Amino acid sequence: MLATGLRLGLSTDEVETVRELLGREPNETEWAIIDAEWAEHSSYKSSRALLKQLPTSGERVVLGPGFDAGVVDVGRGYVATLHIESHNHPSAIDPYGGASTGIGGVLRDIISVGSRPIALLDVLRFGDPEKSGHSRWLLRNVVRGIADYGNCVGVPTVAGDIEFDDSFEKNCLVDVACVGVAKKGSIILGEAKHPGDVLLLIGGSTGRDGVGGAAFASKKLAKGPETSRRSVQVPNPFMKKLLLDALLEASQTGLIHGMKDLGGGGLSTALSEVASKGGTGVDVELTRVAVREQGMTPAEIMTSESQERMLLVLGPSDAAPVLEILDRYEVPHSAIGKVTSDGAMKLRWNGRVVADLPAKAVAEAPVVEWPTRRPRRPRPRTRRQREPPVASSVAALLSSPNIASRRWVYEQYDHEVGLRTVLKPGSADASLLRLPNGSMLAVKADGNSKHSFLDPRRGAAGCVAEACRNVVSVGAEPIAMVDHLQFGDPSDPEVYWAFTEALEGMAQYCRDLPLPVVGGKVSFYNEDASTKRAIKPSPIAMVVGLLRGFDRRPSSAFHRVGEPVFVVGTTKAELGGSEYCETVLKVRGGAVPAPEAREDSRTYRAILSLIRSGAASAVHDCSKGGLAIAVAEMCIQDGVGATVNAGRIPGGPLSPAEALFSESHGRFVVSAREESKTEALLRKEGVSYSLVGETRGDALRISAGGKVVASLEVDAIRDLWEKPLARLMG
Amino acid sequence: MTEIQAKVAVVRFPGSNCDLDAVSALRTFRNVKADLVWHEEPSIREYDAIVLPGGFSFGDYLRAGAIAARSPALTRVAESAERGTPILGICNGFQILIEAGLLPGSLLRNASLRFVCKWVTIRVENNSTSFTRGMRKGQVLRIPIAHNEGRFYASKRELRELSDEGRAVFRYCDERGRPTPSANPTGTVDGIAGVSNRKGNVVGLMPHPERATESILSPFGSDDGSLIFKSMLESI
Repeated sequence: MLATGLRLGLSTDEVETVRELLGREPNETEWAIIDAEWAEHSSYKSSRALLKQLPTSGERVVLGPGFDAGVVDVGRGYVATLHIESHNHPSAIDPYGGASTGIGGVLRDIISVGSRPIALLDVLRFGDPEKSGHSRWLLRNVVRGIADYGNCVGVPTVAGDIEFDDSFEKNCLVDVACVGVAKKGSIILGEAKHPGDVLLLIGGSTGRDGVGGAAFASKKLAKGPETSRRSVQVPNPFMKKLLLDALLEASQTGLIHGMKDLGGGGLSTALSEVASKGGTGVDVELTRVAVREQGMTPAEIMTSESQERMLLVLGPSDAAPVLEILDRYEVPHSAIGKVTSDGAMKLRWNGRVVADLPAKAVAEAPVVEWPTRRPRRPRPRTRRQREPPVASSVAALLSSPNIASRRWVYEQYDHEVGLRTVLKPGSADASLLRLPNGSMLAVKADGNSKHSFLDPRRGAAGCVAEACRNVVSVGAEPIAMVDHLQFGDPSDPEVYWAFTEALEGMAQYCRDLPLPVVGGKVSFYNEDASTKRAIKPSPIAMVVGLLRGFDRRPSSAFHRVGEPVFVVGTTKAELGGSEYCETVLKVRGGAVPAPEAREDSRTYRAILSLIRSGAASAVHDCSKGGLAIAVAEMCIQDGVGATVNAGRIPGGPLSPAEALFSESHGRFVVSAREESKTEALLRKEGVSYSLVGETRGDALRISAGGKVVASLEVDAIRDLWEKPLARLMG
Repeated sequence: MTEIQAKVAVVRFPGSNCDLDAVSALRTFRNVKADLVWHEEPSIREYDAIVLPGGFSFGDYLRAGAIAARSPALTRVAESAERGTPILGICNGFQILIEAGLLPGSLLRNASLRFVCKWVTIRVENNSTSFTRGMRKGQVLRIPIAHNEGRFYASKRELRELSDEGRAVFRYCDERGRPTPSANPTGTVDGIAGVSNRKGNVVGLMPHPERATESILSPFGSDDGSLIFKSMLESI
């Protein structure tokens, strides 16, 4: 029997495993530690085995998954670091605090490998903002939380992705990603290799906020979420800024042997992981942990997720310069224990041992496998519906909250601080950051839950494809990615089926491209206990790309009349899960776009050579809303119109709606500076393309079957596209 | 460009976050020695010019700039101001200079009640301050803003005084230089984006010139922010 007062998230099997492992009954403190560590959120017990499918190596990969951040070589002695996190459960309850501590958490991961954070991204999912005041409240406060934290710390928020869908009404998703930069030799790992080293806990004090947060994130949201507010941490960006400045300076000393952020699972996870990774043990005196509340128990101290804390592993005799730096920035610190050689995580309270656990076993929860069952999804549309007029469909799509301008969001983010943001949000498909080595790094994160719901395999591969296209559109070559897989309760066979499908689809696309996955995250239990509704499967990819040599500012907008307009890549009859199907036709189901990595790889190469050679004047990828929306967006920015002949779009045979609104992957719209050079390059790369029109006048004119089916003034469609979000959010 | 020898201090408070940006913008000029100076260091007074950078000094606790304004650094900055040293407050630095009483008015939360980050255009209203010397009156500069509390406010009497003395140094304007309400991104009184003290050696502004000194960082390929630093260097 378990001691009273414990509410463990462990399964009966896991409870037995623990007893076997220790050969005795653990005490209350030990149960609490194991509970925090073996929570899905910290242990990846339901996903770890399957995640091995993802390709994780490549010539640029310095450090793959399993550490606080992935590390990739960006040339000339520098590396970029990347990490993605979600803070879904906390944000559903306290959107402001949840989102800001999400930013805090991902920043810590980047800082803890010894790199300087240079950009933040956010991927957000909410219910329908037109119908739901709750979703608007969440959106408003999530954005404010991200803004207040990121802006204060001085790391620009440069890109992101927002989707609205009813399935996120109760469970919004708040994914935050961070990119850092460091000199190649200065990366610090989260490990304690040397017995005798000192464990230094630095930063904020430990309180009861966020106690059991990881366990909380590994359950469904229950009714009356107010009771869970205690599981949400309290943000303190000012402390984070001091921590950041101090640690960046301290990292330069070369005296930090290991560094680990305190995130999910708090001190429990941090201590067992540094010991487990380093093949050592730890001996810690818990009364040396600075607490901000009286009467905290060892268990509470070990599982608290109070923010702005970091664990440093320092040499026993040469730590003084590091301490001096921490003192100068007024960052509190306390030596809480030392590294041992016996593999045990030994915790003391006034000298008395209160927990003694094998660190490695605690750090690695047993793998759980769940049954799978393919769900019934809406049947593909077979009967042809009457298609509404093209002009009204384009108008409806442009003003759909899923496609409309994100200006209301990104203007609240300081996207300039740091003097690196060369291409800014709203002006291009991906943001472009200047690196200290003279190269540029393109960053973008994407996902498509409507595609992923109907076909998780294609949808997950598609989110990688979309992020790659965005990076390619600004002239950068994709070099690495991190993923985030978000699903409902894994014990539901249909949910777990979707998870396995998504993972396989993503892994295959990455292997075939190829593109290494250097880190990632899994978030289960995104469902509402009262309505029993899970979110639509939401795999997300953040892709980074490298651009060497920057002579011409890439543009995603038509800026000169009289230029030929090409469509590159094949359009297929793939309207399933498209914005057109869901928003205009109000139909769910149909064939979801299938990404083809090998073909896409050729197309990316072709687009990059068009940009590098200067043959392309403007490049924009085709994603949500399809080709018609891609062209409309290219017209809107600089007020230059265009003609498009739907009959000439490569692919087919296609109906006008399929040609214009299908969201097939691997496609770009290109306006060319030089027509013949462009054609020659495209032919040489062997990709499908065709000339579909030209930039002209101040209207978008679409023709099909020999007649004009839409003629839309650019000023009018700009209005439709620019205003919806600002209007909804007031 | 004339040969300049100048030592410029960029004062770093805990929570400053545009300090490194200001230093790197200043270092785009030849013959400038730009140092990060920790706010407690007495050496601030030895510099030819002082920049108070943007950020969230002391976490913006109490009010933006309020705590930094009471730090020993500001006593030293005030002494330098008295001696005529050019002093520039950018964003949070502007908030600090107002809180310290070195500049008039106050900065309220933006009219939208939201943080606003965007490129705007401002018009030079007075080209005789230490930071606008060498510009044309009426010249339009492209420059970004990024703040939550930048809605300049002053009483009618103060405003009249500011106007009469030419101390409303910058006003938000449209691309053609017209100070229209829609060109005013945060609802400041009279479209004011920056002000000076009587002598014209202390200037504060909400926009960030350090973010507009390199054409590669500007969506327009401009580098108008460098004009402000150039004027400063020429005023030393």
